[in-house]
Amino acid sequence: MIPGAFDYHRPTTLAEATGLLAEHGDAARVLAGGHSLIPMMKLRMAAPEHLIDLAAIEALRGIALGTEIRIGAMVTQAELIAHEGLAAACPILREAALQIADPQVRYVGTVGGNVANGDPGNDMPGLMQCLGARYALTGPDGSREVAARDFYHSAYVTERAEDEILTAILIPHPAPGTGYAYEKQKRKIGDYATAAAAVMVGRSAASIAMTNLADRPIWSQAAGAALASGDVAGAVAAALSEIDPSDDNRGPAEFKRHVAGVILKRAIERARARAA
Amino acid sequence: MAKTHIKMTVNGQPVEALAEPRTLLIHFLREELGITGPHIGCETSHCGACTVDLDGRSVKSCTLFVGQAQGAQITTVEGLVNPDGSLGVLQEMFREHHGLQCGFCTPGMITRAHRLLQENPAPSEEDVRFGMSGNLCRCTGYQNIVKAIMAAAAVLRGEKEAAE
Ligand SMILES: Cc1cc2nc3c(=O)[nH]c(=O)nc-3n(C[C@H](O)[C@H](O)[C@H](O)COP(=O)(O)OP(=O)(O)OC[C@H]3O[C@@H](n4cnc5c(N)ncnc54)[C@H](O)[C@@H]3O)c2cc1C
Ligand code: FES
Ligand code: FES
Repeated sequence: MIPGAFDYHRPTTLAEATGLLAEHGDAARVLAGGHSLIPMMKLRMAAPEHLIDLAAIEALRGIALGTEIRIGAMVTQAELIAHEGLAAACPILREAALQIADPQVRYVGTVGGNVANGDPGNDMPGLMQCLGARYALTGPDGSREVAARDFYHSAYVTERAEDEILTAILIPHPAPGTGYAYEKQKRKIGDYATAAAAVMVGRSAASIAMTNLADRPIWSQAAGAALASGDVAGAVAAALSEIDPSDDNRGPAEFKRHVAGVILKRAIERARARAA
Repeated sequence: MAKTHIKMTVNGQPVEALAEPRTLLIHFLREELGITGPHIGCETSHCGACTVDLDGRSVKSCTLFVGQAQGAQITTVEGLVNPDGSLGVLQEMFREHHGLQCGFCTPGMITRAHRLLQENPAPSEEDVRFGMSGNLCRCTGYQNIVKAIMAAAAVLRGEKEAAE
């Protein structure tokens, strides 16, 4: 379980980091918390020759609550959970983060790494789609923003170009009184989801996304529209018609489809009970 | 691949060494520094036997490159003894409450529990179970581990004397 050899870089500015990425091309990878990348490197499923550690770049840290919510890419799950202002402004973030992995992983794993990774098992991508978040990306030619709903193409294939760094996640403030729930079924604490659902429901709007039930997170516009009009059964049916689970060690596809229906109903009930 | 010059503080002692960047923190601690308290259980980021305290966070040292600990303050189970070398409160409570059988998971358990009690000095039993969920034990069934941590919390709050 020894990773392949690499050169370690620890830039202190974003410009330096994007410069290193441009210089080394696809031989380089950025390192955030490393809690997805290092396990892959130990298995030699990834063998970058250059690792660019983002830990010393101050601009990637911090949570700001302005006209919208801005979470720096290098904010850890533990920092997100501990932030009282964020928990008040958008409580589903803490509820979901507490269901990711275990305490040790949450101290190190970052929000940016979780959304950039592209593993369908990651919890934050579906959550960010539910919230209508945008990702800020910076590359050699400047910066751009991409909607979370347009970011994921298939497992590990995202809209991010190889020479771009995801710098922040931007989330619109949920309307006051919006009910929320993140519901996750897992085999044991610390495990990835067998199925998970993120639900936001307000007076005239609703949003639903599901995790680990296809090769990318599934945000269902039809499910959100049905729920916004009060049609719970229609919302569940619409979401289930868009997922595409596959058989694996978390169970056969039919079982996952069943679990998805159960947890989505639970999430909707809980979100509605919390809506004001 | 150039070696990196690593500096960190481990259990209060400054250390310096050259290491290959791909060296995992657990291997650096055990093989370079001879600090064998943190154990390698699974090597796949699941069991928590390799847990150390890094700048006030519990981390799995099998899932960090040594460079990620550059300049860090690290505490291992060896660093949790009293200044006179006797067992610290958590260590003593694990002994008193039989919080171990084979003992393989114990260094990780105690190091994690240390940070948990720093952050939450008065945890409920549920808080302890949730806070310890990154540490696996194949022997005890966890019951006595939870008891030991609850007892240590009470001693550290001054509510209970450590029996001797
Ligand atoms: C035991 C265990 C259980 C886990 N359980 C869960 C779980 O239940 N749910 C869950 O969601 N996750 C889980 N994870 C994954 C964990 O949350 C990871 O920390 C997370 O997926 C990646 O974040 P990271 O900061 O560790 O990123 P890294 O591992 O450092 O990076 C992941 C990938 O993203 C790229 N990347 C990282 N940051 C950026 C950036 N800013 N810009 C561009 N590219 C970037 C890297 O190059 C790499 O390819 C688990 C991990 C472990 C070890
Ligand atoms: S050896 Fe590190 S988590 Fe098991
Ligand atoms: S005492 Fe044997 S693994 Fe915990």
